[in-house]
Amino acid sequence: MIHELLTRLGFLMRRRPNDLDEELRAHMEHSIESKIASGMSPEEARRQAGIEFGSMQAAREQSAEQHPRMGFGILGQDLRFGLRSLKRDRGFAIVAILILALGIGGNIAVFSLVNTILLRPLPFKDPQQVVWLEPAEKAGGLSGSTYSSDAYDDLIAMNRSYSGVTGYFAFSAPNNMKLTGNGIPSTITGIGVLPNFLDVLGIKPELGRNFLPNEGAMNAPAVALLSHAFWKTHFNGDPNIVGKAISVDDKPLTIVGVLPQAFDFGATFSPGTRVDVLSPFSLEMGRDWGNIITFIGRLKPGVTPQQASTEAATLFPRFYNNKKYSNGNGLSRGDYGPGVATPIKEHVAGQLRRSLYVLWAAVGMILLIVCVNLSNLLLGRAATRSKEFSVRFALGASRSRLIRQLLTESALLSFFGTLLGIGLAEVIVQWLAHQGSVALPLLSELRIDTTSLLWTVLLAFATTLLFGVMPSLRITGGDLQSQLKDSGPGTSEGRSHERLRNTLVISEIALACVLIVSAGLLLRSFLRVMDVDLGYQPTQAASISVDLPMSRGEARYAFYRNLLHEVSTIPGVQSVGISDNLPLARNRTWGPPRIKGVDYQRGQLQPTFVYVVTPGYLTTMGMHLRGRDISWNDNTNSENVIILNEKAAHFLFPHGDAIDHKVMQSGKEVRVIGVVSNIHETDVEASSAWQIYLPITQGWGENGAELVVRSTLPASTLGPTVLQTLRKLNPGQPAMQLRPLQEFVDHSTSPRRFFAVLVAAFAGTGLLLACLGIYGVISYSVTRKTQEIGIRMALGASRDVVLRNIIGRTLQLTAVGIVVGAIASFVVAQSISAMLYGTQPTDPATFSATLVLLLVVALLAGYLPARRASRIDPMAALRTQ
Amino acid sequence: MAPSTDLLQGTLDVLILKTLAHGEMHGWGIASRIQQVSADVLQVGQGSLYPALHRLEYKGWIASSWGASDNNRKAKFYALTPVGRKQLRSEIDQWERLSAAISLVLAAPKEDFA
Repeated sequence: MIHELLTRLGFLMRRRPNDLDEELRAHMEHSIESKIASGMSPEEARRQAGIEFGSMQAAREQSAEQHPRMGFGILGQDLRFGLRSLKRDRGFAIVAILILALGIGGNIAVFSLVNTILLRPLPFKDPQQVVWLEPAEKAGGLSGSTYSSDAYDDLIAMNRSYSGVTGYFAFSAPNNMKLTGNGIPSTITGIGVLPNFLDVLGIKPELGRNFLPNEGAMNAPAVALLSHAFWKTHFNGDPNIVGKAISVDDKPLTIVGVLPQAFDFGATFSPGTRVDVLSPFSLEMGRDWGNIITFIGRLKPGVTPQQASTEAATLFPRFYNNKKYSNGNGLSRGDYGPGVATPIKEHVAGQLRRSLYVLWAAVGMILLIVCVNLSNLLLGRAATRSKEFSVRFALGASRSRLIRQLLTESALLSFFGTLLGIGLAEVIVQWLAHQGSVALPLLSELRIDTTSLLWTVLLAFATTLLFGVMPSLRITGGDLQSQLKDSGPGTSEGRSHERLRNTLVISEIALACVLIVSAGLLLRSFLRVMDVDLGYQPTQAASISVDLPMSRGEARYAFYRNLLHEVSTIPGVQSVGISDNLPLARNRTWGPPRIKGVDYQRGQLQPTFVYVVTPGYLTTMGMHLRGRDISWNDNTNSENVIILNEKAAHFLFPHGDAIDHKVMQSGKEVRVIGVVSNIHETDVEASSAWQIYLPITQGWGENGAELVVRSTLPASTLGPTVLQTLRKLNPGQPAMQLRPLQEFVDHSTSPRRFFAVLVAAFAGTGLLLACLGIYGVISYSVTRKTQEIGIRMALGASRDVVLRNIIGRTLQLTAVGIVVGAIASFVVAQSISAMLYGTQPTDPATFSATLVLLLVVALLAGYLPARRASRIDPMAALRTQ
Repeated sequence: MAPSTDLLQGTLDVLILKTLAHGEMHGWGIASRIQQVSADVLQVGQGSLYPALHRLEYKGWIASSWGASDNNRKAKFYALTPVGRKQLRSEIDQWERLSAAISLVLAAPKEDFA
C-alpha cells in the first residue's frame, strides 16, 4: 500500500512520458505485420488493424488519464469553470460569501475566545502541575479564602505534595502606587508576590531577572518587575530598563526585570483589572495581618491534584493562624477548614466553562443556519442550471464529475467566505481583547492563533461539505434526461424538490427560534440583575481615591472634615462622604461583632465586611438608615459607636431592635447607633453578608480613603473641579478619575453583560439569516410559478387571493418552524437554567415575544415576494414564458 | 467511448500480470498472447490495454523499458516488478475463491430456482 503510494508520488513528480504515440504506432505495426504474415494483402492488413485498434485519440486520452497528475488537471478545469460561473452570478456569489463570512468569522472569534480562556494552557512551565489551594468551604469574602504568613510556613514545613508553594498578597487595591517625581503624580497598580512566585510558576522574565529570596525580607531595597504592557506604554519598551529606578511614593523603586508578554497577572488572577508591576511581598511584614495571601502550589512529579486535595483536607486544619496569639481556645490552631487543590486553569476559568460552551453552541447554530441558507441558495441556483447539467451529462460527463464540479464551486465560495471570515474574526477579536473593563480572565490574551486557524480550516471544509453535498446530490440525482426534455422555468418544480427546500427553511426558523429564546432568557436575566436592589443608589454618585497626607490622629480627622467641607461647596454637589472601602470594589472582612458574654457556635458568626466612614457617607451612598448617622462628635473622647447592617443586626438581636444596645467589635465595646440596609458588597448576584460601619474618627485604622460625591452633574464634568480641590488641599494628590459608582456595578456584571450581548447578537444574526432564507424560498417559488399565477389570475383569481395564498404558505412554513423551534427551545432553556438569574427557563414572556417576533419577521419576508406575485400581469406572464 | 467494454477492468489487470509472469513483453505481444491462450475468446482492445498498462505502471506493479522486438522493431517492453509478482499471487487467490464461489452457486440443483 505504502509502496504503491510512493510509486505514485514518484510519477507525480515526473513529467508525463511522451512516448505513448510511439508505443501505439509500434503496436499498429506489429499488428499489421502479423496480419500480412497470416496472408493478408498489405492494404487489407492496414485497414483491418486500423479497425481493430479503434480510435487512436481515445486510447491516447485514456492512457493519459491514468497518470496521477491528471487529477490536478481536472481540478484546475473545475476551478476555472467555477470561478467563471460565480462571476457570471455575481449577486449570488456576493450574498453567499458574505453570509459565509458572517458564520465563519463568528465561529473563529468565539473559538478563539474558548481557546484562550478554556483550552490554551497558561504560560507556565508544566501548567497541569500547578494548583490553586483554598478552603473547601469558602465563607466571608477574600479573608475566608486566604491564609496567614504562619499558615504559609506551616504548609511549607508539613506538606509532602509540592515541590514549591508560592502566593501573592490578595488585598492590593487598584492604583495603590503613586508615581512621583515627574510633575503631577499618577497612579499605577502593584501586587506583592512572594519572591519565589515566578520560579514556582516557571515563568522566565523577558528582560532582567526574577526576585531573589532575600528581596522578601522586611527592609530589603524596593524592587519591581514590570508588566509587558506597562513597559511598552510607560517606558516605550526601553531595552535598557533593567537596573533603572522609578520614584514611587517619593521613594526609589529599582526595576529588576520585565515580565513576558504571555503572562499578564491581572488577566490571569484578577480579571478586568490592570496590574502594572509586581513587587516582592514580605511574609514577615504581614505576619500579624491575618489572612492575606493566596496559596499556589507546584505539585511534585506524579502527584495528582486529587492526592493533594486529600492531603489538604487533613493538613490545613492543623495550621496556625498566628503563633503569637490565641483564638480563645489557647491557640490559634484550627482556624482553617479542610483545604482543596484545584488545577490552576480550572480556578482561573472553570466557572466560565458553561457560559463559553453556550456561546460556542450559539455560534455553531449560526453556522448551521448559514449552511442551510447556502444549501437553499445553491439549490435555487442549481435548479435554474439544471439544463446546463443535463447537457453536460448528455455530452458524456459522469455523475461524479458533475458532483465534483459543484463541490469545487462550493469550496470556492467557502474559500472566499473563510478569507473574509478570518478578517471579520480578527476585527471582533481585536475589539474583544481591548475590552479591558470586562471581568473575564485572559481576555487581553485573546488572539487568533494556530489552533484557531486549524479550527477554521476544519470548519471551512465541513461547511463546504454541509452546504455543498446535498444540493449537488440532489441536482445530479434526478433523471437528467427528462430534465433536459422539459425542465425549464415554464413548469412548476417537482414536489420533492420543494419539500427539501421547505425543510431547510423550517429548520432555519427552528434554529433561529432556539437562539432567540436563549438570548431572550439571558437578556432578561441581565435586566433582572440590573434591577437588583443593591442597598445603595449607584446612579448620580461618583467616587475618587483621596491621597492622604502624612498626618495621624486629630490632624488627619481635621483634614477629612476640611476636605468634605470644601468639596461640598462645589456647585452641583449634593452630598459627600468618605469610606475607606466601597461596595463592589475591594474585598475586606474582619472578625464579626458579637454580644458580650454570649457563646456562639463555630460558624454561627460570619466574617464581616467593614467600612470605616465619615459622617454623610451613608446618605451620600443613598442607603436607608434607621437610627442616627455617625457624626463628627463621635471621636476618640466619646463612646465608640457602630452601625450594623440589617443582616448582622437581625442575627445578633433577633427579638428586638439593635439600636442602643452594645456589641463587642475587635475587642472593644461599641454602641449600636443605627441599622442600615444590606448592600451587595462583592457581587451583584450574590446575597449580602454581614456589614458594619465604623466612624473614621475613632481610630479604627482606615485603609485608604474613597471620596463619594452625589451630584446631578455627570462625573466627567464634576471630575476636574473635584480633583482641583483635592490638589489644593494636598499637592501630593495624584491625577485620578472621578468614577461613577455605576462603573463598579458594570464591572461586576460585565461577564453577564458580555455573554448576554454576544448571544443576543448571534440571535439577531440568526433571525436575519432565517429571514433571508424565507425570503429566498418564497421569492424563488414565486419566480418559478409566474406562469401558474398568471393562469390563475387569467382564470379569475384576484390579487388578494394570490397575495393571501403566498403569505399563507409563508405562515405555514413559519408555524411549523416555530413549533419545532419551541420544543427545542424548552430543552435548550433547561440546559442553560444555571446561567439564568431571576428568570424561569420556561419564561412565558420570552417565549411569546419570540413567537411574535418570528411571525412578524416571517410575514415581512413573505410579503415582498407575495406583493410581487400579486402584481403579475397575467397577459405578460403567459406570453413571455 | 467507455473504457474496457470487453473485459472487467480488474480482470484485465490480472490477465496482464499473469501474461507478464513468463517474462517481459511489449503491448501487442501481451494482447495477442491473451487472445491466443484464451483460444480467441478474450480479445483485448487497444483502447483498454494501454490505459491498463499505464495504470499498472503507475501502481508500481510493472516496469517498462524500450528495447528491440523479435523482428528488430523498437518496442516498449513491460516486466513484472517484485511487488507486481506478489500482487499477482494474491489476485489469483482471490479470483479462484471468487470463481469457486460462483461455480458453487451456479451448480446448485435446479429445484432451487423454482
